[in-house]
Amino acid sequence: MSINATLIGQMITFTLLVWFTMKYVWPPIIAALEERKTKISEGLAAAEKGQEEIKLAEKKATSLLKEAKAQSAEIVSAAQKRANQLVEESKDQAKKEGERLLEAAKAQIEQEMLQAKESLRKEVSSLALRAAEQILKEEIDKAKHQDILSKAADQLG
Amino acid sequence: MSTEGGATGYIVHHLTPLSVGEGFWTLHLDTLFFSALLGGLFILFFKTVAERATSGVPGLAQNIAETLVEFVDTQVKDSFHGRSPLIAPLSLTIFCWVFLWNSMDLLPVDLLPMIAGLMGMEYMRVVPSTDLNGTFALSISVFFLIFFYSIKVKGLLGFAKEMTCTPFGPKMMPFNLLLKTVEELAKPISLGLRLFGNLYAGELVFILIALLPPVLQPLLGFPWAVFHILVITLQAFIFMVLTIVYLSLAHEDH
Repeated sequence: MSINATLIGQMITFTLLVWFTMKYVWPPIIAALEERKTKISEGLAAAEKGQEEIKLAEKKATSLLKEAKAQSAEIVSAAQKRANQLVEESKDQAKKEGERLLEAAKAQIEQEMLQAKESLRKEVSSLALRAAEQILKEEIDKAKHQDILSKAADQLG
Repeated sequence: MSTEGGATGYIVHHLTPLSVGEGFWTLHLDTLFFSALLGGLFILFFKTVAERATSGVPGLAQNIAETLVEFVDTQVKDSFHGRSPLIAPLSLTIFCWVFLWNSMDLLPVDLLPMIAGLMGMEYMRVVPSTDLNGTFALSISVFFLIFFYSIKVKGLLGFAKEMTCTPFGPKMMPFNLLLKTVEELAKPISLGLRLFGNLYAGELVFILIALLPPVLQPLLGFPWAVFHILVITLQAFIFMVLTIVYLSLAHEDH
């Protein structure tokens, strides 16, 4: 139970242990702890930032979607309008074309009628001439009455 | 079990250290050996962890070491407000070393002495904290540190002033000096004796239990060992906390 030199030996051991702990044990462990602390806080901050970014992106996506919907609706209505317009236009065109065709047909008919009339007149006049010729063979000098004959033919037309 | 001299002989035998030398120059080889061995274990464990310390996911060993380090660091930060590179590592060393010393108490009282007996050593006292030299080595080292930091922080004059002029002012100088000296000396003595007394008594009870009939031994030994787990940790903790408190007092300038 006596105090003796063991005390000194123990103090030396203690000093060595403390020195060793101070120099080689404490700093690396504390450094690792600190580093982990910063890592974790950085990670948390990054996670928070990520979440915020997601929210932002969602918002953006929603607005984009909205815009796209509006745009598509616009396009559809424009297309419908255009289609209606086209239908109207083609209707108009068809009507015009029909009128034009009708007009042309009428003109042709008229012309043909004129032609027929002309040829008919010519035929009638030649027929009348021939008949007159037959009848008046002897009495009429063709050369002499040419004037009268052509005047008559003109009047027939 | 050496039972020569009956129960008293058995008890005395268990509490006698293995020593060499005479008078003051006696060395308690068992105390020196086991404290060095346990100190080596402590250093080995913490050094291995410190070398492989990562800030990533810690392994089991690193977890244990980090828990201890953070526990000690919290204690230091709670009571010590200066900055000192020494106090926290010192506290960790004290806590772990004293804890390991004390935990030798939980080994069966006859196990290591019997092995030592087979190796030809007559005496073997395995718990370094049941040796006054062990506990006083710690408390006197702490006392020196208190002394050192008091002078370093307050200056020689400031320290002298504190020793002579508090608590009753310069007129009561001799009385103040006496009071402060007793106060300062009481610190290492109470530190060392508290640890020693607790562990010595604990070990004594274990030895007494070992003297009971074998049927009764587990009945008493088990609860006492369980209770002792608390005592072991608590005494290590008290020693560490008081060290921190004393050193922070030494840092305080009045």
